[in-house]
Amino acid sequence: MATKAVVKPTKTTKKSTSTGTTKFSKETYIKWYTDMLLIRRFEEKVGQLYIQQKFGGFCHLYIGQEAIVAGTITASRPTDSHMTTYRDHAHPLALGTNPRVLMAELYGRTTGCSKGKGGSMHFFDKEKNFMGGHGIVGAQIPMGTGVAFAEKYKGTDNVCFVSMGDGAVRQGALHETFNMAMMWKLPVIYIIENNNYAMGTSVERSTNVQDLSKIGDSYEMPSKSVNGMSPEAVHEAISEACERARRGDGPTLLDIRTYRFKGHSMSDPQKYRTKEEVAEWMEKDPIDHCLDVIKENKWLNDTEITDIAAWVKKEVEESIEFAENSPYPAPEELYEDVYMQKDYPYIKEY
Amino acid sequence: MKTVQFREALREAMNEEMRNDPNVFLLGEEVAEYNGAYKVSQGMLDEFGEKRVIDTPIAELGFTGIAVGASMMGLRPIVEFMTWNFAILAADQIINSAAKMLQMSGGQYHCPIVFRGGNGPAGQLGATHSQSFEAFYAHVPGLKVITPSTPYDAKGLLKAAIRDNDPVVFLESEKMYGDKGEIPEGEYIIPIGVADIKRKGTDVTIVSFGKIMKVAHEAAEILAKEGISCEIIDLRTVRPIDYHCIVESVKRTNRCVVLEESWPLASISSEIAYHLQRYAFDYLDAPVMRVTQTDTPFAFSPTLIEEALPNVPRLINAVKATLYRN
Repeated sequence: MATKAVVKPTKTTKKSTSTGTTKFSKETYIKWYTDMLLIRRFEEKVGQLYIQQKFGGFCHLYIGQEAIVAGTITASRPTDSHMTTYRDHAHPLALGTNPRVLMAELYGRTTGCSKGKGGSMHFFDKEKNFMGGHGIVGAQIPMGTGVAFAEKYKGTDNVCFVSMGDGAVRQGALHETFNMAMMWKLPVIYIIENNNYAMGTSVERSTNVQDLSKIGDSYEMPSKSVNGMSPEAVHEAISEACERARRGDGPTLLDIRTYRFKGHSMSDPQKYRTKEEVAEWMEKDPIDHCLDVIKENKWLNDTEITDIAAWVKKEVEESIEFAENSPYPAPEELYEDVYMQKDYPYIKEY
Repeated sequence: MKTVQFREALREAMNEEMRNDPNVFLLGEEVAEYNGAYKVSQGMLDEFGEKRVIDTPIAELGFTGIAVGASMMGLRPIVEFMTWNFAILAADQIINSAAKMLQMSGGQYHCPIVFRGGNGPAGQLGATHSQSFEAFYAHVPGLKVITPSTPYDAKGLLKAAIRDNDPVVFLESEKMYGDKGEIPEGEYIIPIGVADIKRKGTDVTIVSFGKIMKVAHEAAEILAKEGISCEIIDLRTVRPIDYHCIVESVKRTNRCVVLEESWPLASISSEIAYHLQRYAFDYLDAPVMRVTQTDTPFAFSPTLIEEALPNVPRLINAVKATLYRN
């Protein structure tokens, strides 16, 4: 059996808050904290409900990686678009999609964000420019680049954020797309949510080039590694990339180093990594970090902090209630949303 | 009316639609500077500029995915594949992304996109360059699949495809691009999913589509001299299939032969044969016959090609078999 890969968190002092010099406002920290806490509690509950067999399908949790979406959202505009993989619960939550429609989607109910037709891996929310939720590893890379192509074609200064795992970096689609995105200077920002494991295969065991930020070099794409446990670092890197994209200078690749505290999916025994490695990364929990900054600056008192937790709890509980009280799609719904053509002549003998 | 080549009919369709709608654009290998590998897009770069007629690197999966993403934003890409054999590399984006986007997003995002290019055997090109994809793509709900056989149909159907709000697979042939035919001077549209009776007849119905239609016409001429009257249905679209047209014809002729350029298993011909035994059983005076390519990969040598492809004598034999005249 192969030796377990050991991946170390980025070297920072534990609970390094350095509040005196923070560039970010009270409001930003409170938003990060609230967004991340909502994602964390929502997904913790999702994990429990999944184990209780309240719904089926695959279920990939984002727990541990929340600083990436939190920092991305505060550095972007509502008119920008987002596309990601099947680990897609956190993105719409951070964008402000109501948790109820997400929970209903997990339950396969007609009130779900994809009418119960997409499930955990295929969340969409057009109102928030959240363009999925894609189940094939790497498929979103050219598609999200096509979204950026359309923005440039239409002459807007919007950007598209394309998220992927470290595993997707090995797909041919990425390399074909990077080439065209650079040649055409498309306003796209590639975010590698690098949690070091493509399911159970570590970066170390899947490539000779372990510094994923170097993947952009062949295409002369501006690239950098970012501490993914820090919403501050993510925000700054995304802001810089957005500026580049909006002024017409094209894409950026961000290798954002993070860690998923849970398994790849709900059926992952996690024999490919040590408990010590997981524990070491959990010390860097971005939610704890934001709360520390807030407390040290006395931006919120204990009651206000408890109020946030209570609000989050209520949102999650209400989402479950909403989902469980929502109807399943009627059988005839199968024939809706397959074609835009309303009178498409399906073969209805089966 | 005027006489044009098949490639010119396709070009007219694209030119007219690009003039009508600034959201329509063309991309693919060699479509711009080179004026098209088969000269379908000749002159389009000059008229529309490099923003809308776009040369891509050889990266079918990548540029197809980019086009699918652009279509989600309301643009209307026309993706040209040099041949559909190369589009196998892009099948993930056609089948997993474009065909399923509307459904997986619960109706929020759709893909108004056309995928077009040469399809089927085109001479001595060996196995990987000689495949017909009608049945492959017809199998996939969410797509529409068009298989024109004449310049007239090609133009009217391509215009319909570009205006359609669903993803459309449009199958041409390198062997047809030089074919000539008459088209009207002005704009016209042919609706997707409507078959065309290309020849009226009373004794046997021949159902076919695409390039191999020529074999049907030739066989029908010869059979006419022997006193056998063939009705020829050109499906024009294989998803959806105009079953009504086929059944109504067979109710008149009571016999049917399906002519298909591709392989026999899980084919358009097997689908039609099923449909006829189910919905025209009492009208059939003979088993439904079919003529297809051999159940083998396409090969290089002329003798092997001759054996593999459907041809006039085989079709004539099949027609006569339905009349018990062999």
